[in-house]
Amino acid sequence: MSTESLLEIRDLSVTLPTDSSALRAVRGVSLDLRRGETLGIVGESGSGKSMTALALMNLLPPAARRQAAAIRFGDDDLTAMGEKALAGRVRGRRIGMIFQEPMTSLNPVYTIGRQLIETITIHGGTSVAAARRRAIELLEKVGLPDPASRLKQYPHEMSGGQRQRVMIAMALMNEPELLIADEPTTALDVTIQAQILHLLSELQRELGMAMILITHDLGVVSRAADRIAVMYAGDIVETGTTEAVLSAPRHPYTQGLLECVPGYREASARRLGSIPGIVPSMTGEIRGCAFAARCPRAVPRCHQEAPPRRPVAAGQGDAAARGFVCHDPEETRGLGFAGGDTGAGPAIRRGGDSVLRVDDASCTFSVRRGLFGKRKPLRALDRVSLDIRKGEVLALVGESGCGKTTLTRTIMGLQTPDAGTVTLAGRPLGEQPARQRARLIQPIFQDPYSSLNPRQTIGDIIRRPLVINRLGDAREQRARVHRMMEYVGLPSRVFNSFPDQLSGGQRQRAAIARALILDPEIVICDEPTSALDVSVQAQILNLLLDLRDELDLTYLFVTHDLSVVRHLADRVAVMYLGEIVECGPGEQVLNRPKHPYTRALLDSALSIEPALGVPAPDLAGDFPNPMNRPSGCPFHPRCPLADQRCRQQVPATETLDGTLVKCWKADTPPSGPLDFCPDHNNKEDAAP
Amino acid sequence: MLNYVMRRALLALLVALTVSFGTFALFYFATDPAQTIAGEDAPQEMVEAIRVQYGFDRPITVQYVDWLGGVLQGDFGQSYFWKQPVVALIREHAKVTLLLAFSALAVTILIALPLGISAALRPNSWVDRFALSTAVSAQAIPNFWLGLMLIILFAVTFPIFPVSGDSSWRHYVLPALVLGASSVPAVMRLTRTGLLDVMGSDYIRTARAKGFTGYRLIVRQALRNALLPIVSVLAVQLGNKLGGSIVTESVFSMNGLGRLAVESIFNSDIPTVQSLILLFVLTFVLLTLAADLINAWLDPRIRMG
Repeated sequence: MSTESLLEIRDLSVTLPTDSSALRAVRGVSLDLRRGETLGIVGESGSGKSMTALALMNLLPPAARRQAAAIRFGDDDLTAMGEKALAGRVRGRRIGMIFQEPMTSLNPVYTIGRQLIETITIHGGTSVAAARRRAIELLEKVGLPDPASRLKQYPHEMSGGQRQRVMIAMALMNEPELLIADEPTTALDVTIQAQILHLLSELQRELGMAMILITHDLGVVSRAADRIAVMYAGDIVETGTTEAVLSAPRHPYTQGLLECVPGYREASARRLGSIPGIVPSMTGEIRGCAFAARCPRAVPRCHQEAPPRRPVAAGQGDAAARGFVCHDPEETRGLGFAGGDTGAGPAIRRGGDSVLRVDDASCTFSVRRGLFGKRKPLRALDRVSLDIRKGEVLALVGESGCGKTTLTRTIMGLQTPDAGTVTLAGRPLGEQPARQRARLIQPIFQDPYSSLNPRQTIGDIIRRPLVINRLGDAREQRARVHRMMEYVGLPSRVFNSFPDQLSGGQRQRAAIARALILDPEIVICDEPTSALDVSVQAQILNLLLDLRDELDLTYLFVTHDLSVVRHLADRVAVMYLGEIVECGPGEQVLNRPKHPYTRALLDSALSIEPALGVPAPDLAGDFPNPMNRPSGCPFHPRCPLADQRCRQQVPATETLDGTLVKCWKADTPPSGPLDFCPDHNNKEDAAP
Repeated sequence: MLNYVMRRALLALLVALTVSFGTFALFYFATDPAQTIAGEDAPQEMVEAIRVQYGFDRPITVQYVDWLGGVLQGDFGQSYFWKQPVVALIREHAKVTLLLAFSALAVTILIALPLGISAALRPNSWVDRFALSTAVSAQAIPNFWLGLMLIILFAVTFPIFPVSGDSSWRHYVLPALVLGASSVPAVMRLTRTGLLDVMGSDYIRTARAKGFTGYRLIVRQALRNALLPIVSVLAVQLGNKLGGSIVTESVFSMNGLGRLAVESIFNSDIPTVQSLILLFVLTFVLLTLAADLINAWLDPRIRMG
């Protein structure tokens, strides 16, 4: 890595005018980046990390105002450049950018080829033929097979992973000196995430680019970044090498954030740390330290004086490289956020009677393309059997499109299976009236922004199930709602508030209260924390576990986040293409996975390990289109262990060490790490 | 693409047939053509004779197929009132309406698109406010009033254009302005919101990050996406102008299809009214089809979907 400085940002501020006053999204950020280096900018939503990146190239929304003492990029001062000069000389040419949403970031009406080629030709000096050659070369490099014919494709003909590869190729067309990747993998499945991050770090090394990686995911940043900048409320509160910041965080916010990540301390820790309170309003002036109100170490001075920038341990190389912004009232670290009772020990494993059984349930949809197109079957569930036992947390894991949602809908009675049965509390689900079914099973959904009716007050929303079931009179119902709000930690003053007046975490608490008010047997949690920030996720996970103990609940927990699974699951079921391929006790499945797919999922999950890089691509290809199911074992086109039998015969379910596995190769433990990607050119579209 | 064209064309044909049968049935049940031809006070025997003579006593399906067969051969029947083939009548009046409708469409496009685009590029600026207030007032002003005002101003006070008639291009200027203005608010608003949406989209941000800016950003990245809804609304507006220019034609005494429709209705000239309704409906069906096909050509997702 060169030590030559590439980027120097000094005192960058971004202000967004609002109706009443100005929102200060970025407040005096200073950053340095050397050539070839990867800087990870970490922060929760609203911390100003994306605004900082957009401000660099002046791509901010039209109303935003940018101020900076200096933004030096190489020999140029970007603050002195007008729109024309920036567009012509810097954007897309010396700085490439990748955005979060691959599904919407490509122009839908033009071909991939045109969009790649114009990235070069707009800057002039290169022929279309040369640009086309470069596009083909790069598509090859990012692992898209048959690149020449890809050029004629439109974005909607590609999967999310493939589109993100195109975005990467596009950002690299002019061999930029700096690549800015803004949450490049957040919208993607874990296995694709690992592929993309690995690809990025390989390309970066090859081309000697510097990279700014913006993410909320501490696992991602720990693997991919050389240095980290932690942002809070529009300012950088701590910087340093990834290793140093993550293993010895100095700012209380960094410490708190890390405590919130499941599995950061020890896997058996019962409660996650949590940061109390919410991010302060960023309109107007912030007095003292922005974090003071939430900081367990805050002293009166923190609320009054702006904290100083402190270098850490000068002498360990470049002093500017490691520093934090804090009064640092106590030199002790690592206290405050641990969330109290860690003494509860590991979760009490309860494997009581089965409360819900799914037997051989199958669900096939017929999908028709266009008005006169042929109907084709889509097998969303394929002879799935599962039982949920009293008091346990059963985690259901799998990539998008694997049938998780269909299974939960079937369990809730919202979807009638074509074959097989669901038995709830000893009686077939189909025979139970909808109201009784709803009293026994309640869902909590992923997005608290759209799952609560915006025109009803929080009190009404929570009370609604009682009204529908005519339980008690109005006064009793209100009392019950208040009691439930107390349980889930909602202040009683929000009883008359509307959902949009609440924060994301509070909304999810309201959704939980609504689900629990009928005292259900089973709660189906469908990705209940994936729309939330890390610190809020920790609060909600703690709450769910507490409530389970207090109210004797059973959870079916649907998630793609394996660190969450590790934290709270008693048993784990892994789904692939409508089948459960592995199901067993949590420690078995997570520590000694039997199915190659489970192994691949676990390898793709990026825990916080600064010492490790991004693992090599875990899984060949994308998740296959459920309309074209492979023959034999559905996983065989992506499986490194697959042989003739796997291609032809569907494996039977067998029991190994108390785990149910559906794989011909489950009893042959691999020697050494699996090579999931034998042929580079065959990464994508391995499925026929 | 061919598959898509065939599918849409087939659908359009289906709609046209359904509507034509609907109109036919409506007149079959609601009016007594024999009575109309014979006159109000004609004796019953005479009415019956006419009924047999013209074939009005046959079952509705037979009459419909007979009529449709004629229509397909370009025979829309004989006008009771003008005593000449309906086709000839329509041909005579259509020239005026076509000329008026297309020049009005040109007026709409020339005013609404530039105004909408400049409003979208500078939201909340004075251009934007001017565009929006224009839209509101254009929507509030009745067509006939605007027509009369223009006549007073540009034909009476300053006699630049003729007051009425349809014999030279100068006769079309004021009516085209009036008819065109009526569509400006809808098209302008849609252009503005459509382009605002596109300019705020992720792929425009991507294009800016690639180095696109100014004119090239709009023309080479945004325009095609923003055109999709505009094409659809322009098709509907053109349909309205072709079929519904009755008020404008009356104010400026132009002898177009609108006037023909009004006079046929007053004179209970059923074959003419029926043919005109069919014509207006077919116009809409064809325009919608054309808009769909243009959009399919613009947007690969529609083309391949």
